[in-house]
Amino acid sequence: MTHTEHDHDHNEHDHPHAEINQTEKPTYYDMLETAIRELLIERKLFEADEIRRQIEVLDSRTPALGAKVVARAWIDPNFRKRLLANGRTACEEDFGITFYDDTELIVLENTDKVHNLIVCTLCSCYPRPVLGLPPDWYKLKPYRARAVSEPRKVLAEFGTTIPDDVEVRVSDSTAMVRYLVLPKRPKGTETFTEEELADLVTRDAMIGVVEPKLENGSAAHV
Amino acid sequence: MTARPAPKSLQIVSAFGEAPIFKAGDEVRIADRMPVGHYRVPRYLRKKIGRVEAVVEPAFVDNEEEGYGRNAGSRRHYYRIAFPMIELWPDYTGSPKDGLRIEVFESWIERV
Repeated sequence: MTHTEHDHDHNEHDHPHAEINQTEKPTYYDMLETAIRELLIERKLFEADEIRRQIEVLDSRTPALGAKVVARAWIDPNFRKRLLANGRTACEEDFGITFYDDTELIVLENTDKVHNLIVCTLCSCYPRPVLGLPPDWYKLKPYRARAVSEPRKVLAEFGTTIPDDVEVRVSDSTAMVRYLVLPKRPKGTETFTEEELADLVTRDAMIGVVEPKLENGSAAHV
Repeated sequence: MTARPAPKSLQIVSAFGEAPIFKAGDEVRIADRMPVGHYRVPRYLRKKIGRVEAVVEPAFVDNEEEGYGRNAGSRRHYYRIAFPMIELWPDYTGSPKDGLRIEVFESWIERV
């Protein structure tokens, strides 16, 4: 997709941006992926459109979905109960979130006694159906190794300090179970609507590396 | 989602491996095996003693076998197992309350 010459017309806009080029050479793994993909398509094991479709599936899953689930759990005790009993069926039934990768979902509730953190030491297992793609640091070895062996230091590097009388509970995802952290609802949000609550819930809060906070600007109700 | 035991009157016998072997509360040890190839149990768990927190339903194919295209008949349970951090890391410096949870396939678990 490299444009070496820029010779097409721009009727709608006149160049506010630099030309987008792919200048780096493909890596060994880029070439390996292309070769295997082309072979599999050639052998009719799947079609190019199926790959495009799967990318579309992944792109439709973002932390905003997970944030809606969390906000609902904060305001609806019945939903919260079902979500904690079976994360997957609650997400399927109330939000239509499909678990295309055939994983189960355990929702981990943060309380005054327990702070949950999720990791996949072996690879990059992540609740993709609910949160989309994991951040890069989640897939890299330093986080994967240290989250299970020195979680409090890792948390401190994210600016999160958990008191010693609160258990830090790490859930390591290895096979068919995925985890989603249900953070504690921040104080001072009693009058917030479900949508306003969802705005407070970030990806990192659902991984458990931070706690949701009221930003200065969002405390308008108080 | 927990499998319910059949009423006694029906005399239904579950197949080998169909019902979970361990139950919540059981003390278990993770096997000390170093298989070559694809496995789903991180090394730091070898020989460690933990407690079954829950049976993960439903039963699932053994991912380690599935990795080689072998999965017929290998459906068993995963267990959510709890370990204190000090059991995993003798020189752990966080709070003694800290713990870890992980799902482990039945074939890796030994009764203590």
